Parts: sequence; C-alpha cells; structure tokens
Amino acid sequence: MTLTPHAMGTAVPRPEGPEKVRGRAPYAFEHPAAEPLYLFPVQAAIARGRVTAIDTSAADALDGVVLVLTPETAPRLSDAIDPDHGVLQSAQVHQHGQYVAAVVATTSETAREAAELVRVTYAQEPHVAALDEDSPELYGPDTLVTGAPSDDTRGDPDAALAQAAVTVRATYRTSMEHHQPMEPHTTVAVWEGGRLVVHEATQAVSWTRQTLAGAFGLAEDDVDVVAPHVGGGFGSKGGTHPNTVLTALVARAVPGRTVKYALTRQQMFDLVGYRPATIQHVALGADADGRLTAITHDVVEQSSRIQEFVEPTAAFSRGMYEADTRRTSHRVAPLDIGVPTYMRAPGEAPGSFGAECAMDELAVALGVDPIELRVRNEPEVDPEEGLPYSSRNLVACLRRGAELFDWSRRDPTPRSRLVDGWWHGSGVAAATFPVVRFPGSEARVRAARNGVAGNGSGAPRYVVEIAASDIGQGAWAALTAIAADALDVPVERIDLAIGDTAFGSASPAGGSSGTTSWGAAITEAAERFRDKYGDDPDDGDAADATTPDNPWAGEYAMHAYGAHFAEVAVHADTGEIRVPRMLGVFAAGRIVNPLTARSQFLGGMTMGLSAALHEESVLDDRFGHVVNRDLAGYHIATCADVGRMDVEWLDEDDPYVNPMGSKGIGEIGIVGAAAAIANAAHHATGVRVRSLPITLDAFL
Amino acid sequence: MHADLSLTVDGRRHELTVDTRTTVLDALREHLDITSAKKGCDHGQCGACTVLLDGRRTLSCLSLAVAHDGSEVTTADGLGADGELHPLQEAFLAHDAYQCGYCTPGQICSAVGMLEEAAAGHPSVVTPDLSADLTAGVDLDRTEIAERMSGNLCRCGAYAHIVDAVDEVAHREVAR
Repeated sequence: MTLTPHAMGTAVPRPEGPEKVRGRAPYAFEHPAAEPLYLFPVQAAIARGRVTAIDTSAADALDGVVLVLTPETAPRLSDAIDPDHGVLQSAQVHQHGQYVAAVVATTSETAREAAELVRVTYAQEPHVAALDEDSPELYGPDTLVTGAPSDDTRGDPDAALAQAAVTVRATYRTSMEHHQPMEPHTTVAVWEGGRLVVHEATQAVSWTRQTLAGAFGLAEDDVDVVAPHVGGGFGSKGGTHPNTVLTALVARAVPGRTVKYALTRQQMFDLVGYRPATIQHVALGADADGRLTAITHDVVEQSSRIQEFVEPTAAFSRGMYEADTRRTSHRVAPLDIGVPTYMRAPGEAPGSFGAECAMDELAVALGVDPIELRVRNEPEVDPEEGLPYSSRNLVACLRRGAELFDWSRRDPTPRSRLVDGWWHGSGVAAATFPVVRFPGSEARVRAARNGVAGNGSGAPRYVVEIAASDIGQGAWAALTAIAADALDVPVERIDLAIGDTAFGSASPAGGSSGTTSWGAAITEAAERFRDKYGDDPDDGDAADATTPDNPWAGEYAMHAYGAHFAEVAVHADTGEIRVPRMLGVFAAGRIVNPLTARSQFLGGMTMGLSAALHEESVLDDRFGHVVNRDLAGYHIATCADVGRMDVEWLDEDDPYVNPMGSKGIGEIGIVGAAAAIANAAHHATGVRVRSLPITLDAFL
Repeated sequence: MHADLSLTVDGRRHELTVDTRTTVLDALREHLDITSAKKGCDHGQCGACTVLLDGRRTLSCLSLAVAHDGSEVTTADGLGADGELHPLQEAFLAHDAYQCGYCTPGQICSAVGMLEEAAAGHPSVVTPDLSADLTAGVDLDRTEIAERMSGNLCRCGAYAHIVDAVDEVAHREVAR
C-alpha cells in the first residue's frame, strides 16, 4: 500500500522539543533511583595476556565501597555470547582497557577512588596493534558485516586496465574514528526478583534485551530495556558493548539495588566500538571518451582478533558506476584491540573517499569535467544486482548542485585562484546509500476515548506503540506523522510511545532503516485497525502488525543518491584549510519531515567535514591503546569549523521502497562529503591528499 | 571529607552536604536531581554541562561545589520567565538547532552568557578591530557567533542551525 501524504511532507515539530531545550527530557543516567550505587571499572593495562593476581584489599577497606568484583568473584554468564561480552569471565586479556575488575560504591567519587586502589598483576604476551598491509596475519573474510561477499570480480579488470586509454592508480587511507555521541554510553540496571530492568543509552532496545537475556540465561520477557531519549549514537549504540553486560552483572550481585554506570569520555575510546582504519588501492581505467572499462577497489583494513567486524569499504564501488570489468576485495588485519562496529555509513563513508577521489583524479587525467565524467558512467541497471532502479536521480542531483554552486563558471585549472593569501577551489563527489528494511518490528495501534464507548468522547485519539529509538534523528516526529497519515487523522490525535521493550520487538535506529522498517509496521497496523474498526472505534480497540516484507524486494534496486559540493580555502603560507561552503543535493524519496530531515542531512555533512579535517584515533602499537582518548586530543568539528551549509533535495516519487515512499536519510549526508573536500583542496592547491584527515602539513 | 553548603538553583535555595571532590555538575545531578545540565566529558572539553554560575557561563564539571557555597546557578530549565521558554529556546525549536538534545541545554546557557558578554563589549579572537570602542557591544555576525559558541560541541552537527537560532535572537535583541 502507498500512503497519501497529509502530515508527511510538512514540518511537524519534534514533540519532545520543548522538554529537550529545557533539559527535562530524561536520558538513561537521569532515571530516578532511590539510593543508587555507582560503578567504576578497573581496566587492563596490557593489550594481551593474563591477569595473574588482583589485590582488592585497599579498595575493600574504603568507606562507602559496597563490592569489588573480579573474574574470580563475578557471577557466571552464559557461554553462548559474543567473546566481547564475556566480561569478568576469565583472566584472559585481549585488549588494552578491557574490564578486569569493577567497584561499586555509594558515591561516584568513592567508586573512582577505590578503582584506583585495585592492584592488578599481569602475565603479558606479545600483541599486534598496528595496521600493516604486509602483515602475515592478513586474511580474506567470508563476508562483509552486511553479509555480502568479501570479494567480487566481474570480467578481467587487470587486462582491461592494461589496455585502457587512461588509467588512475592510487592508494587512499582513512583513519580509525570514534563515534563519540555527546551522551556517553550509559546503563542503569536493577534486578527485581528474577527480572532485569535496564535504562540504557541505546539505538536498539530490543537488541539490548536480546543480548542481556542471552548473557544471563533469561527469557526475553524477563528483561526490560527502556530508552525514550538517547543522546546520539551514530552506530556505537547499535550493538551492545561490554559496559552494559558489566553493569547488569554487577547489579546481579546486589539485587534490588540500582547500579549506574556512564562511561567516562576516555573509556568511550576503549570499549564501545569505532570505525576501523582502511587502506584502499583503487584503479580506474577508461577509454578516451571517459567511459569506465575497469574499476578495482582492493581494501586492507583492521579488525579485532577476538571478534571479526569487516567494514564493507569497497561495496560503494560495486554499484555506483557502469564499467565493463570490476573487482572489489577486502583483507583484514586482526589486531589485539577493541572490536570495531558500525559507524555512520559503515563502508560507504570510507569507501566513497577512495572511490570518489579516484573519479576526480580520472577527470583531471582525461581533461573532462568531473560532473560530466560521472554522467558518462551512469548505469542503466544496477551493476551489482542487474536489477532496474526503483529510482535513481544521481545525475539530477549533480546537475542541480552544479546550478546552485555556479559550477559552469569554475576554471578547472588547479591552483589558479589566490584571494587575500588563501588558495580557493571547489570540488564535487557523489553519494549513495541503500534503502534498508529490517524485519520484525512490532507496532500496535489502540483507540483511546477515555473509557467512553463510541464517539461520545468526541474524536478518538490513537496510541501508537513501537519499540523504536530516537537518537536525535527525529523518530518521535516522523513516526507521529506517518501514524497520522496511516490513520488519516491530524497529528494532534496521535500519542506515540517508543523506546521501551514493553512495546515488543523492533529493529534498531541504524542503517538508515528506522523510518522504513518502523513506518511500514505502523502503516500495516493502522490498515488492519481501520479494516476492523473503521474510523469510529471504541475505547481500547487495538490492532497490531509486524514489519511486512517489501513485495518489490528482488525486483528493483533501491538506493538514495546525492551530490556534495565543497569550497575549500587553503592558506598559502600556513597550509590551514577551511571549508567556507558546503552544498548537498539529495534524492531520497519522499522527505517525511522537512524540518528534521534538513538536520539529518546537515548532521551527516558536518560529520563528513569533521572526518575530512579532524578525526583520527591514534593507536600506540606499543601498548595497544588510543593515545588521544579525549575530546581535546580527538578533534571533532566545532561551530567555528562550519561555514555556509546548504541542503536541498529533489522531489522523488518512488512507489516501490515502502508505503511512505521514503528512503533513509541518516547516513547519506556523510557519504562523499570528505571526498568533495579533498577534491576541492586539490583544485585549490594542486596538492592531491589521499589520506584522512587532511591536515595543513600536506600543503607545506 | 565533606562540606555543607547552599546553592540557589533556578531560583530555589538548596542546602546540601557533599564530598569536597563533588563538582557543581554532580551536586546538581546526583544530589539535587536537577538534570538539565548534562555530563558529556566531565573534563571541560565539550560544554554540555554549561550553566550560568552567578550570571556567567561556566563549565559546571570543572567547578567544585565546595568552592561555590552561596552561589546562584541557572540551568536551561530556569532561563524562561514564569514557566515560559526563553527566546533562545524558542529559536532553537524554530530552527531545529538540535537533534539528540544532549548538548542543547548547555548550548542554550552558553548562548545566553555569550550574548551578555558581547553586549558588555568582550571581544573574541575574530573581532576585527580590538582598538575600537566596544563599550556599546560587539556586533555579532555569524563568524563571531560561531567562534563564541565553539566551546560547546554538538556531535549531531547542528552548528549551522545553532548559528541561525542565536543570530535571530541576537539581532532581535539589538533591534529591541
């Protein structure tokens, strides 16, 4: 079914907005609890080896300390869990910063002091913590984290490269990056009887429930996970990390007491995932007209020895452009460090840097405009799946962006515009992100008429429940609008409830999938409701549904597209690089809420700017830890780094993606943004920077 | 070691006994259950904990409570008169100058303090002419606003909208 938009497409304000600007919307740590206990962990000082002894006597003796848990004293967890979740279950150490003990005390100050007093002795073993593409340990994984094959070859790209009229071969590098949402990862846990109740900073209350139920051998119904408001996530709060298991484990030892644990900002660099560093070998071959005859994108990247995570870096190159031959591959270096995880546009964000910079290099080598080069290689059908597109408007995005950015007046000569001591240039890059629908979200629609039967109470209100998460993307507002249109009532008559496993199972706020997966479930539940009860239901009438399969899956390739334009200024003497202007033009189906969608695109572009110029987690391979592990050392974009930011989207009518006609918008804003900046920096200075972040030393 | 002290928060006086290591931020959040100010880094690096302490924007995570006995603290929740939203809060809503909302109370307290600093003639590193007479206040263009708001990190990347919101209020106040 396809919804008729009334609320969708209008700027529905965030219902939680007034509470957020006052600071009243409660995040996990703010859940009220009587006499809570505070947890502070002890972290491993080695990257690999064994704990041989832990002396907790000084900590135990401190006034206010309730408990010190060690691998010897901690309750046992189920064996059937991810290696990363087996906290305090053995003396083995597999990463620097791993939890080796935990203190619980009546105040946070005491817990922290006591943790400092715990003495840990280790038997150290050799470790590897540097990404080295010549490492003998490199291996070819079976699949990427998306489930797609690691390697894919079509035709003979090496032969095609050898015969190509023009070739570009280059190596691009992207850094290890950390998500660093402003709200730290937080767990507030209490065991009540045999049940575990958790307030959690999570993008996925259901996944958290599933992990905890598995770890503690509970039925899922015996675990409640609550997260009505989450202070950002960007992927790190998608999967469950050791901190959540640790807090629940410690709480189990003090039943009936609430245990609170928020990671320090430094711990946020140790234990809750990151985007792995990549080394990307890209080769493009083209005929004299600029038609691609070969694309190869061969990646070496880091993962963790204890638990594999394969960033799908080269997947971007599988479907973006037409080419006669193609090869994509991934090789993984298993390191003795924490486990990587999804970070905003996993794969597409780093992969687009290599691929879209290479396209710019090819345009320069051919003497063809970089927009024109992309237009010449626009596929008729999806090169990866061979399917027609449900809609693909990359070319329209590029053309509209060119118009807005005055591209036709651009002199393509690099290093040709010096203004007041700054070299100026402009660059372009393309973006894409797939339409993702996760199965299994349960939605429930219930009429609420204050206990009055029939229409005696006036127009009915509708309670719409789904265990979705709002991490800032705007689910509160978007799902309210979708529910209103699905029930054909004004948004004022919808009472949305999200962020609680009491509402059943739901897929995460991740993969730009939320609006599609949750919205399709809500639409289905509303349709069943109206079929059963019409538009004049009785109080308490209810219907539910689970995310339906997309009947068009396998018939069409479904992706959002976009074009980034950047203006860059590089100081002629100091090399300082600034980005006075960015423009993103997107084709992402129906925009459900133009108010919050603009913020999503802007947020992605700003994080792309941040990756381009600032973000780099520096691993010290002697010890296996990130040395710049706070926000003074790990730079993210600040207000002053951001210049003029323009966002525009095209009207795109796509009846195949979902009932709303929407494509995901949470991630595409970051895809290609760094490449556009690097390409602009080349245009400004003539210097091609092939590694992120781009820092001033590259221009000196 | 503990100390007794009083804090007036959002117009209400509180007496409390705290560990001398307790920050103003933890005193608010863990002792008084006033959670408008957020803990982002506990290190003075992110600005999420910004409150007005005796009228000036202050990082409450870097301020020990015991050093502020008798002080007046205003959080974002106490900015509006009579339960109404402060004009900056209205502007943040109108411009969607936030996403997750975690840095937002700190951003707004910071903006209130910053507008007063500019009105009082405090220059910033991007103020073009430091020899000019600034006693009538510094003209806040977008560059000035962005510079002066850069102590408050927003990982959602709402900066462009934050500048829009502050810009609107700054120039509305000037016009008034």
